[in-house]
Amino acid sequence: MAKQIPFVDYLRLGPPPHLVAHECDTCSARFFDRRNACAACGGVGFHDVEVDPTGEVRAFTIVSMAAPGIPVPYVAALVDCGGTSVRANVINVPADPEHVSVGMKVRLATTVIGVDTEGTEAVGFGFEPLEGVAHGS
Amino acid sequence: MAAEDIWVLGIHMTKFGKHPDKDTVDLASEAVLGALADGGVTMRDVGVMAAGNLMGGAAAIGQQIQKQVGQTGIPVYNVANACATGATALRTVIMALKAGEADVGLAVGVEKLAGAGLLVGGSRAPDAETWTRRGRYGQVAAIDGRIGTETMPGVFAQIGMEYAHRYGGVDFELFARIAEKNHAHSTLNPLASYQKRFTLEEIMNDVMIAYPNTRPMCSANCDGAAAAVVVTDAKRKTLSLEQQRRCVKVSASVLTTDPWEEGCQVLPNVNTLTRNAARQAYETAGVGPEDLDLVELHDCFATAELVHYDNLMLCEEGGAADFFRSGATWRDGTLPVNVSGGLESKGHPIAATGIANIWEICHHLRGEAKDRQIEGAKVGLAHVIGLGSACAVHILEAAA
Repeated sequence: MAKQIPFVDYLRLGPPPHLVAHECDTCSARFFDRRNACAACGGVGFHDVEVDPTGEVRAFTIVSMAAPGIPVPYVAALVDCGGTSVRANVINVPADPEHVSVGMKVRLATTVIGVDTEGTEAVGFGFEPLEGVAHGS
Repeated sequence: MAAEDIWVLGIHMTKFGKHPDKDTVDLASEAVLGALADGGVTMRDVGVMAAGNLMGGAAAIGQQIQKQVGQTGIPVYNVANACATGATALRTVIMALKAGEADVGLAVGVEKLAGAGLLVGGSRAPDAETWTRRGRYGQVAAIDGRIGTETMPGVFAQIGMEYAHRYGGVDFELFARIAEKNHAHSTLNPLASYQKRFTLEEIMNDVMIAYPNTRPMCSANCDGAAAAVVVTDAKRKTLSLEQQRRCVKVSASVLTTDPWEEGCQVLPNVNTLTRNAARQAYETAGVGPEDLDLVELHDCFATAELVHYDNLMLCEEGGAADFFRSGATWRDGTLPVNVSGGLESKGHPIAATGIANIWEICHHLRGEAKDRQIEGAKVGLAHVIGLGSACAVHILEAAA
């Protein structure tokens, strides 16, 4: 099996795969990027927390014009995972407004984004519909 | 603190569109010379200057303009604030005037964007041959398209869809009807990039960029510049009666950024900072949304215009769809919005936009907007958003 690495630092491949946020020790604000301090309260202490792998689509768009190399159309969304906002693609669903809706329930899923010259797979994440999926990926 | 009133004395915008034979300095110089002539002053009268050109890199655009139109040794502030750059330049010279550092200020914004493709947030290099972690997310390759979208049409599509879901009663057709209005308005604006009326069907069936935004629902990349000359009240009183009559009062000049809220670093929140700017502007000007005769707001996408009806408090909270359906924002409605044609048809030369919208308002308040004049206009509001984010709101009033 090819060696796999997560596409971003905040994705842990598991199993099970999950996202990790940096949570402010003082005010509990959550962030996914490398932090210098807390944008909400100025605190400098953080600890890592696991983000709920299920959520609800709060907003989406279907992107038809994208940068070179990005397959289109694809569904880009904002997903509310138990109060933590996550940006991701909605995957394993037809990319049309009949199959995606705001309010739909989704769960975290991984997908291989590419393989480099050393044969290492970069594994990204998206969210797939919670219902109507025959097999988890 | 009752700081001195500031007035727009002269203002000018170039034709927006394709200017293959002019560079940014040509366009900016045309705007500056136009604004100075409009105000009846020269570079020798100007005590402070601010200039913006977002896509031109580190070049000091202000000094380049001075080298064409007048090097008088005054301070120039080269500013950048995404799509709010022009408004930020204007606000910078207004602050200088209020601080007593000068009595005449000049602000200019210019952009060359004709033919630019899709505006993607962040630059795009090809994937590396071997995965290497970089950036604040430790990503091994570009994130856009892999983890959601950073394209502007996609970001603003989500902002509209979020509003649509929260309050209901909004669909693809409603967003398309907003673009229909702005394109219809543009037919009266000879300086607009596009003056073509589209039917609803043409808009909905055009090329989809990022659902629900089709191509005519997106701002038009174009070339253009706009400049404004502002003066203190004391300076205004020394000018001719004709100059004083054409002065437009800056009743409020506000700039905000987004206060932290959950999710604001995941999908930009353009709502809270606009609402905050509007609230401050109304309070400072002592006017309310009901006093406005026209509004130029940042319709970078049709989906954006809808949410800003609400953010600028032009309607009840959650009532943007009903407000639009009432016909209020058409030029013959109770509160015309984007009678210039808006960014969707007038065009969006980024750093010029935040002064060009003020040019539009001033034109109406002076009664000089010809075919598209909103009769009897006395008070107007101009709004821009620079993603990242910065929001500028200016409230302008006709001279009494």
